[in-house]
Amino acid sequence: VFKRFVEIGRVAFISFGPHAGKLVAIVDVIDQNRALVDGPCSGVRRQAMPFKCMQLTDFVLKFPHSARQKCVRLAWQKENINEKWAATRWAKKIEAREKKAKMTDFDRYKVMKAKKMRNRIIKHEMKKLQKMSSKKGKKPEKPEKPEKTEKAQKSEKVQKAQKAQK
Amino acid sequence: MAGEKAAGEKKPGEKKPSKKKTGEKKPAEQKTSQKEGGEKKKRVKKHHASRNPVLARGIGRYSRSAMYARKALYKRKYTAPETKIEKKKKEKPRATITKPVGGDKNGGSRVVKIRKMPRYYPTEDVPRKLLSHGKKPFCQHKRRLRGSITPGTVLILLTGRHRGKRVVFLKQLDTGLLLVTGPLAINRVPLRRAHQKFVIATSTKVDVSGVKIPKHLTDAYFKKKRLRKPKHQEGEIFDTEKEKYEITEQRKTDQKAVDSQILARIKKVPQLRGYLRSTFCLSNGVYPHKLVF
Repeated sequence: VFKRFVEIGRVAFISFGPHAGKLVAIVDVIDQNRALVDGPCSGVRRQAMPFKCMQLTDFVLKFPHSARQKCVRLAWQKENINEKWAATRWAKKIEAREKKAKMTDFDRYKVMKAKKMRNRIIKHEMKKLQKMSSKKGKKPEKPEKPEKTEKAQKSEKVQKAQKAQK
Repeated sequence: MAGEKAAGEKKPGEKKPSKKKTGEKKPAEQKTSQKEGGEKKKRVKKHHASRNPVLARGIGRYSRSAMYARKALYKRKYTAPETKIEKKKKEKPRATITKPVGGDKNGGSRVVKIRKMPRYYPTEDVPRKLLSHGKKPFCQHKRRLRGSITPGTVLILLTGRHRGKRVVFLKQLDTGLLLVTGPLAINRVPLRRAHQKFVIATSTKVDVSGVKIPKHLTDAYFKKKRLRKPKHQEGEIFDTEKEKYEITEQRKTDQKAVDSQILARIKKVPQLRGYLRSTFCLSNGVYPHKLVF
């Protein structure tokens, strides 16, 4: 039922508070509510932190309990947590949310145009397939084709969104 | 002689800072004054020390009238030289004028006063207003411009017949209003004035560094014109007001002159033309206080 546990070395994401948005490793447990936490590669000093503001990630580091910062740092860099984190969907969603909030009026216009064009292409393909199916007479449709074209347009849209974000 | 000359040369340098030295060494000074009379035309004569010895601080020995006599001010009455303005002012304006009068046996003309006495005096005089400071007329007010609005910024108009349209800002006029243009070819907004308060400044900027805006585009150019001569013909008074606004040729040429420069720059930025053509609107889930413009 539970997959992520509070353990020594568990990397956690801080959701609120002064260090919101940063990653930390749990070094030791103080009591039921607090943990000794350290984030040498993410700019968080070694400190006590309540569990409530931590959200557990999938990453676990290997170091003994109450290890000093140097050991935590070594373990962190060995596992390359920063890169692994940036590759997770979680981090990408956060980044996308930030970019969306920063969009200017012009960017919103560009995104709207890109979306419109993409939807048009998709609709076009769908209509084509529907026509084919109605002509051929109730043959099972291949959903592969629109996916391929969709992927092509998705990449276009991502490029446009990136353009907008610049 | 050499010694005196040297002393004399020193003195003109010294005299200017210290004018109150007592009148000693008269011959030497006469010489220097003659010398310098040759060098400079008008030289201020050496000033006498105070003829009113001090008894205590702020209190002199002699009264005003005694001082008048001591300083021989009866001999020294000066008037300022007459300026050109005063010369011109000497012509007194005409007080009366003769006007012809019709009708026979009337004498033909009358002498009429130009400035007549008032025909009404109020029963109570208007009391003098108290002094106030810092109340300036509109023309002297300080004009401010938001930091986010710079030449070339794209603005969103919020009021007026062009509400929701995105428009390029050119410059701020003397009254503080913003001179703005569509450009006309893009969104049908001509060279127009907009109020700073009723405008959203976006962060999109068009580079208008080299654009030259004609100098005759001022507030007077844009001010609405109103006819003022109904001629009191009953029945048709209300028709003579300008109902239809006609675009003058000058406006068209000015519009072209400015727009041609700006359109070239807009074309360089991709998708900017389409952006300026579109209008701004809110929809579900869009909150202005959360938007970044």
